[in-house]
This record gives sequence, C-alpha cells and structure tokens, in this order.
Amino acid sequence: MNTPGLILVVCVAVLYSSGFYLLLQRSLMRVVFGILILGHAANLSLLLTDEAITLPPLLGGPSGEMSDPLPHAMALTAIVITFGVTTFLLALAYRVWLGDENDEVPDDVEDRRISRLTEPEDSS
Amino acid sequence: MLSVLAAHFVAAALAPFLVRWWGRNAFLALALVPAATTLWALLCAPGVVAGDPVGVNVAWAPEYRMSLAFRMDVLGLVMTLIAAGIGTLILVYCARYFSDDEPGLGRFAGVLTAFAGAMLGLVLADDLVQLFIFWELTTVFSYLLIGHNTERRESRRAAMTALTVTTLGGLTMLVGLIMLGEAAGTYLLSEIIAAPPRGAAVTVALVLILVGALSKSALLPFSLWLPAAMQAPTPVSGYLHAAAMVKAGVYLVARLTPAYGDTPAWQVLTVGVGVATMILAGWKALRQYDLKLLLAYGTVSQLGFLTALLGAGTRDAALAGIAMLCAHALFKAPLFLVVGIIDHSTGTRDLRELSGLRRSMPAVWWISVLAVASMAGLPPLFGFAAKESAFAAFEHGPAWQTLALVGMVVGTVFTVGYSLRFLWGAFLDKPEVPTTPVHAPGALFVAPAAVLAALSLLGGPFASALDPILAGYADTVPWGGAHPAHLALWHGFGTPLVLTAVCLAGGLLLFSRRGEVVWLGNRLALPDPNRIYRRVLAAVDTLAIQVTGITQRGSLPVYLGTTLVVLVVLSGVPILTGRLWEIEAPPVRLWDSPIQFVPAAVTVIAAVGVLFVRRRLFAVVLVGVTGYGAATLFMFQGAPDLALTQFLVETVSLVVFVLVLRRLPTRFTTPVLRGRRRINLLIGAATGTLVAVMAYFALAGRRAETISSGYPAAAEEAGGKNIISTILVDLRAWDTMGEISVLAVAAAGVASLMFVRRRARPVRGRMGVPVTPLPAISAVEPAGAPAEPNAVPWRPSGIAVAPRQLRIRPKWNPLWLPGAAALARERRSVIFEVTARGLFPVIVLLSVYLLLTGHTSIGGGFAGGIVAGLGLMVRYLAGGRYELYAAVHAQPGVLIGLGLVIAAGTALGGAVFGTEILDGGVFDLHIPVIGHLHVTTSLLFDFGVYLLVIGLILDILRSLGARIDEQLEREARDSAEAEEVTA
Repeated sequence: MNTPGLILVVCVAVLYSSGFYLLLQRSLMRVVFGILILGHAANLSLLLTDEAITLPPLLGGPSGEMSDPLPHAMALTAIVITFGVTTFLLALAYRVWLGDENDEVPDDVEDRRISRLTEPEDSS
Repeated sequence: MLSVLAAHFVAAALAPFLVRWWGRNAFLALALVPAATTLWALLCAPGVVAGDPVGVNVAWAPEYRMSLAFRMDVLGLVMTLIAAGIGTLILVYCARYFSDDEPGLGRFAGVLTAFAGAMLGLVLADDLVQLFIFWELTTVFSYLLIGHNTERRESRRAAMTALTVTTLGGLTMLVGLIMLGEAAGTYLLSEIIAAPPRGAAVTVALVLILVGALSKSALLPFSLWLPAAMQAPTPVSGYLHAAAMVKAGVYLVARLTPAYGDTPAWQVLTVGVGVATMILAGWKALRQYDLKLLLAYGTVSQLGFLTALLGAGTRDAALAGIAMLCAHALFKAPLFLVVGIIDHSTGTRDLRELSGLRRSMPAVWWISVLAVASMAGLPPLFGFAAKESAFAAFEHGPAWQTLALVGMVVGTVFTVGYSLRFLWGAFLDKPEVPTTPVHAPGALFVAPAAVLAALSLLGGPFASALDPILAGYADTVPWGGAHPAHLALWHGFGTPLVLTAVCLAGGLLLFSRRGEVVWLGNRLALPDPNRIYRRVLAAVDTLAIQVTGITQRGSLPVYLGTTLVVLVVLSGVPILTGRLWEIEAPPVRLWDSPIQFVPAAVTVIAAVGVLFVRRRLFAVVLVGVTGYGAATLFMFQGAPDLALTQFLVETVSLVVFVLVLRRLPTRFTTPVLRGRRRINLLIGAATGTLVAVMAYFALAGRRAETISSGYPAAAEEAGGKNIISTILVDLRAWDTMGEISVLAVAAAGVASLMFVRRRARPVRGRMGVPVTPLPAISAVEPAGAPAEPNAVPWRPSGIAVAPRQLRIRPKWNPLWLPGAAALARERRSVIFEVTARGLFPVIVLLSVYLLLTGHTSIGGGFAGGIVAGLGLMVRYLAGGRYELYAAVHAQPGVLIGLGLVIAAGTALGGAVFGTEILDGGVFDLHIPVIGHLHVTTSLLFDFGVYLLVIGLILDILRSLGARIDEQLEREARDSAEAEEVTA
C-alpha cells in the first residue's frame, strides 16, 4: 500500500473547503455550486486510493500495472448522480427565485416567531 | 393463553361491524370473549392454586433477552378473574346503558374490548418490557374511552390529563424496569422475583417503578386525573377506574412486594403514600355532591389503602391486601353501575336533586345497600372480612406499622362516612327535595350490578374458603409469616373488632354532622391539584418555547455551521489525542508524477476563485473549470472512462446553469457581513482540511489489499474488456439500476418544478414548417400584418416574442433547422444553424458508437447518452425550442420510462432465462463496416441507460431551457401589452 500523492490531497482539501464554504452561504445558487464542488472533491478522494499514471482498466491492452477499477466505477456512478441532483437543486433554486425574486434562503419564519415568543412581550 | 389474548383484539377489530349490524346488542356478543376468558381462568384455577402456574414463553428476540412470556400464578389468576369477570358484566351493562344511536358506539365497543385484552396481557405478562407495552396500551385505550364524548371540551381535557399523568409515570417506570432488568440480567418477572438483585441502583429502579405504579393507581400526588376521568361514560368508570386499570399500579406493587417488601424505600413509599392518599381522598369524598365524583375520591382513597396493604411487606398484610383487592372490585364496580343506572333513569347524579329512589327503585337500592355495606366494612360482607384481617395484620407490628394502622382507621372512618353519604344522597327521602321522577331500568341493566353485589355478600361467609387460594399469593411474601393469619368472617373479639366499631361510630358521627363536614372541608381545602397541574403544564410550555427559541434560530447557515463545527471537533479531538500522525505509514510522497501539478493547480485556483467572484456567470465558469480540472486528474489517474464522463457531464452542467442564469440577476446579492464571512471561511477550511486529513490517513494506514483483485477475471467471464463498464452493467448492475432510478426521479422533479400547472405539450407532427400565428400575436403585431413568423417585428428593447403556439404542417422543408424559423430574427445565426445541422448526425453516430463499444473499450451507455444529449443541446441552442420539439418528437418521460423498462426488463430477463436477476448472456454478431460486434445482454441494459440519459437531458432542456424561454416571452408580451394599454 502507498500514501496518496500530497498534491492530490491538497487539491481535495481545497475543493472540500471551498464546497463547505459555499454550502454555508445564503444564496441558493452558491449552495448548488458548493454541492457540485463537493461532488468533485468526493470523486477525487475516491481516486486517491490508487496511484496515478497507471494503465486504464481495460483487458487486452498493453501489459503493465492497471489501475484499480472499483473506485472508478464508484466515482462514475457518483458523477452521474451528482449531475442529476445538482440539476434538480438548480430547478429548486430557480423556483425559489421565481417565487420571490430572490434566491436567498430566508430564515424560517416559524422559528423566528417562536424565538420572538420567548422575548418579553411589548406592553403596546 | 395466547389465543385468549388474541381473541380480545380480534373481537375489538370486529366490534365496529357488529355494532353496525346489531346496534347496542353487539355488546352481548362481545361479552362472550371475556366470559370465555373467565371460564378459561376458572378451569386453570385448580392447578394454579395447587402451585403450578400456567405459562408460555415464545422466544422473540433472544439477542436482546426479549421473549413473549406469559405466566399465570395466583396473583395473575385473581387479577384475570377480576379483569375478565367484571369485564364481562360491564359489557353486558353497556348493552343497556347506551342507546343504538349513540355517536361513535362502534369505536367505543372496539376500544373497550381491546382494553380488556390489554388489561389481561398486563396482568399475565411475565416480561418487563411486555408488561410495559400492555401498561401503555391500557393508558392509550383509557385515553380514548375517557374522551368518548369527543365534542365535549371537558371530556377531551380530562382524557388528555389522564394521558399526560399516566404516561409520565409510565415512562419513568420504563426507565426503572430497564434498570431492574439489566441489574437482574433477565427481563422475566418470575426469574427476577425468584432471585431479586439488590443494591443502590435497584433501589433507584424500584422508586422509578413506584412512580409509574402510583401514577397509574392515582395515588398522591398523581390523583388528580382519576376524578377528572369521571367524564367518561359510566361503564368505563366502573371498569377502568374502579376494577381494572387503576388496579394495575396496585398489581405491580403486589407483584414486586414478595421480592422487595423489606426494602425501606419500598415500604415508606407504598405505606406512607398509600395511607396519606387514603386519608386525604377520603376526606375529600365527604364533601362531594356528584355521586360519581364521590365514588371517584372514594376509589382513590381505597387504592391508597390497597397499596399500603400490599406494599407493607408482611405476609399477613399481603393476604389482607389481596382479599381487599377482590372485595374492592366487587363493591366499587356495582356502585359505579348503580350511579350509571340512576343517571340514566333520572337524568342527574347530583345528590342534592335526588330523593325517594329507595321506593321507586327497590332492586337498585338493595344492591347499593349490599355494596355500600361491604365498602364500609360491615359484617357479614366480604369487605368486613378483608378489613378485619387488614387491621389484624398491622396490630402487632413495629411503631411505623402502628402509625399506619392509626392512619387506616382514620381513613376507614372517612370511608364509612362517605358510604353513608352515598346511600343517603342517592336513595333516601330528603324533606326539602321533591321525589325524583324515575324511568324504571330494565332487568338486564340491573343484573350486572346485582351479580357483583351478590358476590360481595357471598364473599363474607365464604372468606375462609377463599383463604387457601389467596394464601397462595400471600405465602410468596417471605416476611412475617411465623403465625400466619387466616381469612374468616369471624375472628372473635379482639382489637380489629373494636377498631371496626370505632370506625362505624366515627362514620356515623361524620354523617350526622355532614353539613359541618362539607363546610370544614371547603375551608381546609388544599390547593386545587388541577390548577397546579395546569401551572406545571404552562411552565413546561414556556420552557419548551424558550429552549426552541434559543436553539432553533431558523437560519440554515447557522444550523449547517453548527453541524460542521461539531463534526470537526468530534473527529479532530481523537485525531489529536490519538496522535494519528504517528501511525506506521509509507513515506510521504509529493506526487505520482509532476504533470499532475498543472491540473491540480488550475483546479485549486478555480475553486478558491469561486468564493470571491460576484458575477454569477463567472462563478459558473469557475465551477466548470474545477470540474474540467478534476476530469484531467482522472485522466492521469488511469481512468479514461471517468474523465470522458466528467468532461461530458461538466459541459452539460455548464450549459444548463447558463440557461437558468440568464433569468437571474448578474451578480450575487448583498454580501454577508465580513465577520460572518471570516467565520464561514474558517469553518469551511477546517472541515475541508479535516476530510482531506482523514482521507490521507485512511489510505496511509490501509493494510488490506483492494477487494477488486478479482474483477479482471470476473469481467473476462462476463465477456467484457472494459472492466469499469462491466462492473456497471454486469457485476454491479444493481447499483446502476438504483442510479438510473435516481436520475428518473430527478428528471421528474425538475419537470414538475418547472411545469407547475401542466407539462407543455408541443404540437405533434412530422418535420414541417411551423406556420401561423395566432390571435395572440396581434397583440404585438398590428392587425392585418402578414402572419409570418419571420415577420415578427424587430424590437429594439426587450426580447422579441415568438408565437404562443404553432401548428406544424407535415411537409418536408429543406431548411437547415426548421424550428429556428420561429426564432426572432436577431437571435438567429446562420453559421450556427448550419453547423448544428451538419454536426447533429455526426454527434448521434458518435453516441451510438460509444454505446456499442462500451463493453470492449472506452464508452458506455452513460457517455453515449450524454453525447446524444449534447447533440440535442446544440440544436436547441441554435434553433430555439421549436427546433428542440422538432428534433425529438417523443416526450422525455416516454424516453425515461422506456429506458427504465428496458433496463429492468433485461434484469428480469436474466431471472427468467438465466439463473438469477441481472444474469447476462453473450453472443457475437458480424456487422459490415463496424465489424465484429460482441453483444451481451448487458448491451441491452446499457441501451436502457442510454435512452434514459437522453430522456433526462431532453427533460432538462425542455424544463430549464424551453420553459424559461416561454416565461421570458410571456413576460415580454405582458409588458408590451401593458405598454399599449398605458399608451
């Protein structure tokens, strides 16, 4: 077994950080971007399990070390699903924007109402 | 035993139908079930009394030491006879108490029968968890029965109170039961009692269990729910709140006393609380005007008495307790039934309005006399025998027992007092009250109460016959049995008889001074427990609101940030304290090859750049760059399939994002506060670093070989050369089935979000020229203008408008992209149209190629489908939405469905023709030009995937492309109309 190349690890770290930061935003569009980038980060970290510069997992090709096909298959599935999910989220974000001309996540109205209840009532 | 239990629940399920067919007489049929149970218990009785308990034990979840265990010993037998026997009589009584048109009678009958079953399960359960389940079932059924009059607010509130109080106790008890079960290492009651564990934890468990028992039996300080529960119909009060359910707590005390009766905490709680409840509730009963409430407080008082007797932990007290338990069931139930009869016959239960019933209802009067005499402990009734032995059991004990005896005597004085008050209030002539008009009750209505009263009468003379039976339970209490007492009607002259005389005299005195007693009682009243209960509830409410207000800020970023911070802290601490970096790992490597540096750097720069750009479009492009960078890294990682798919998907995503972004504002809205942004950056960076570190060490510390070493051989066997593709469509085709289902759902989601009202239906027709426009166009076009699509006027501002709908004439038209004719002139590009037209067949061919070669080389259904989708996308971008409709006539839903059907059909075909689901077959084809083609059933599966992906992209184009086009056009038209109107 081998350690993954540091450069890939750094790349994964930056992608994850960027994705999580975007996830913490109020703009839904940015949140969707965040999920997309998190998808890339996850796929790359799946591929960390194997060394780079290997032959593709095709039988009957030139002889040499072949890369591990399992993470590839996982990542391939993940890519397509990420695509489906981001498209759906995009449509959601768009609907939100269509609703109130603003694609930001507002605070939950009910929660605000409850937290207002705890404050001392106005005498007015 | 199990079938007896099951019969109750089956009968309960049938009850609504029976009531619909037979009306109230259905209760007579339902009564057969508890009657059969009673008979069964009587048949078992000789063996049980002889010391041979009946039991079943079905292993349920042996890993958790859970079993379906039932056991009937003497205590269980007595409780079964009470629950089932009185249940039978109550059901018979119901058949006359209710009228046929009582609302909700079917539900009531079902719930009452189910309650009888739950009660039976409760007293027979030999497993603590099972006991708890039946315990809570009785609580729930009691809630439904108390709240029978759903329209009445007091009824609902009383039901809620009972539920809240008893559930609170029940949950506390559950904790105690689990502690007890864990301490004992078994959840079987019989085993626990045979070898009871000891220790501080067990004492705590016992106290918790007692909280449950006391709340169920309505002892102080939980007694408020029982008087409130008198809102229930009288049969319910007579059954649940006198004979059966409230006895559950008493039963549990009786059940555990043989094991823990000598524990001080147990004695203090049962005897102390019991006697206090007996006195206070008895005192309160003395000033009630409602006959039912009088009985309710009397019941609370008697339950206190029973708990004190059964919890005292001596053999004689236990004997007196179980005798009193039987006596109480036999006198309190008929009294409740009598109240129901009086209520039914006169329309009131207020003793200030009743007079002269002694003469108008002689049978009911004599029943009541017997029952009341038993309650007051008059000879020769059963109550007398039981009370005598109770006094005797505490006669020679230590000081605390003498104190308890004094308390019991006081309580009994009150009992005699309210017994007389009941009899006087309900039946005797009152000079100031006119004789109450009565509508005479039928024989069947009175019979149940008569049976019970007769048993009360028989219980006295036959007390010595009952003695050996009840002693079967009392002898299990191992303390104080040196000179065992015996039940008998006549004990001779002694202290108990003197005490009984004192009680009678005191009771008579209280009755003769009843006016003063009521006055004094009202003066000395304790705070209303209902008010305290409501205050507690309000306080809990406020607390809940405050906690919710503090923790639930309603802000998504805050929630998510909290989650991430918790993740970082929880995983970071063990990483740091466990000194993860010290694990034995291969040396750190910078890269596999320096060439990785370029795409990695591009990806990193783009990913960081996304955080800071303000323009949406720019952000989309940067996100795309991260995707392409990742794809390039995949390429170097020896994953060409992955890289191909990533490139294609990224391209489609990019276009789709741009299609949506054209409607959104160009820039992101107001930036968040700088401090907040820094915190977010910090959280993001910390989480990202943590994940990367975990990934790194997970791999550096990896010891096992990859599990995929067998895949090449498996792929060869499956007849594929591309291992990944083989994995997807053959080896792990189930995963792919799941995946394409997700895609289908996502497509449906996108479409339903975009077409809220209905899906746009493009006009059907073969390739042809869209013609004509329509009345709607005249809103833009002055009347009389030639109705040519191309003639839509060029508008300098805003977006030009395409016709609202089109007819497509089925006619071959040699245009490059016929649908583009519907586009506004300024949006058309001849070069783009020509290129798109020329490119489209090539793209489709390429996609088919990728599909077919997927098994042997790079490619596959996903990649092929996306390529075909890209071809459609080019045509849409060049020719507008009508071109898209013209390019594919099928609805995307049809394509998606077809794809799913083909994939699923292939999978099932494997099951039909092969050995299992998704089993594959192989055959070879020789096709000219393409050459040798290796065909497997996986190819068919892949074809399904291919169709589905095309359908998905078509769906996205229609939803996020064409639909938004429509919206934009409609808006432009609306604004134009508005302009015209204002002009």
